[in-house]
Amino acid sequence: MHGSPELPLSFTLNGDAVSVEADPAARLLDLLRYDLGMTGTKEGCGEGECGACTVWIDGLPADSCLVPAFQVDGREVRTIESVDPARLGPLLSSGATQCGACTPGVVMTGLWILENPGLLRSHAIRELMAGNLCRCTGYDGIIEGIEAALGTRS
Amino acid sequence: MKVERPRALAAALGLLGDAAAPLVPLAGGTDLLVHWPVRPDARTRGYLDLQRLDELRGIRWSEDALELGALATYWDVITDSRVGAEFPILVEAARQVGAIQIQSRGTWAGNVANGSPAADGVPVLMAFGAVIVLESRQGRREVPLDAYYSGYREGARREAELIVAIRIPRRAHALQRFVKVGPRRAQAIAKVGLAVARSEEGWRVVAASVAPTVRRCRAVERRLEERGLPGSPEELDDALRADVAPIDDLRSTADYRARVLARVLFDATRKGGA
Repeated sequence: MHGSPELPLSFTLNGDAVSVEADPAARLLDLLRYDLGMTGTKEGCGEGECGACTVWIDGLPADSCLVPAFQVDGREVRTIESVDPARLGPLLSSGATQCGACTPGVVMTGLWILENPGLLRSHAIRELMAGNLCRCTGYDGIIEGIEAALGTRS
Repeated sequence: MKVERPRALAAALGLLGDAAAPLVPLAGGTDLLVHWPVRPDARTRGYLDLQRLDELRGIRWSEDALELGALATYWDVITDSRVGAEFPILVEAARQVGAIQIQSRGTWAGNVANGSPAADGVPVLMAFGAVIVLESRQGRREVPLDAYYSGYREGARREAELIVAIRIPRRAHALQRFVKVGPRRAQAIAKVGLAVARSEEGWRVVAASVAPTVRRCRAVERRLEERGLPGSPEELDDALRADVAPIDDLRSTADYRARVLARVLFDATRKGGA
């Protein structure tokens, strides 16, 4: 499509082995959305400011707009499509979602906190969530939803 | 667009230095991917992906130095309790780089190579007297970070070289402080950055966003050595004027930067250790 030779990639996506040929200029975000049809991950700013495109790479949140697709070769990628909707209850009831543009990224970072609660020994939820911008909620609902999911909020 | 993805450092070095096919080293991508691939030259450039070079990963300790491999990320440093105990401002600075999504990918070596005058990682490294380890087919050489930059985004790395490590001498510090002044606390680029360290070798003062490069403030260091702690921020003005040259730009003004730098420096030298 762009005149560059395609690069072969193999990686794990939400637990499944995937092998594809990717445009060397494709970002992970492009590979997910346009080559693999996984459109749950959203593009917000496209320059690593807003976190809407957050996915996990080898267990850590990353902005998929800032990762060349070829760099996930051999890695484990986890996207919003892996998340059981039943887990989203606390976010829905705390007012953590309005327009929804940031929500897939918010969920992926929030899930990382839920699955790694030891992070809270050194970090506050608000600091860990600082890479996910939301222009609707004012953030308190997001923090409250994560606290509720952690069971640390009465 | 050409991408090379070698699996060994020797192979990577073998690909560098070909004037007909220059390659841009790519580590975490958090700088190079901004505006990618919209920039037309991103499509015609060649890149050298470093992510398969496991030799460059991680943090190594020796008796007299902490060595960050070229692929060591901010998150690697944040989660290393030994770094937190011995070099707390390395962790503090890392925690102020973007947020986890950037910290998990961005590398210290990339921050050095990118050469931004507003870099968050470079000031603390320079305050600790870090040395940049460069390697090419011809061998290794080492450049002190405070001698690495020759101008705006101009570093000592030659086309044939790769930054393979950053070596930080282990010294006892009586004081270490890092201050980042930005428009907000998270996800911001510095209007003023400052790192201060005091060891048996004396004061080291490094400022960011107030000169074409991150700048070691030698006049300020001399002022502190010869005349002790300042009684007011204004007492630092003459030395600061000799060291830095802030400008008006999209993020701040020269006047604001000069005033704030003097005040955060005054504050940093007077408070106890970090």
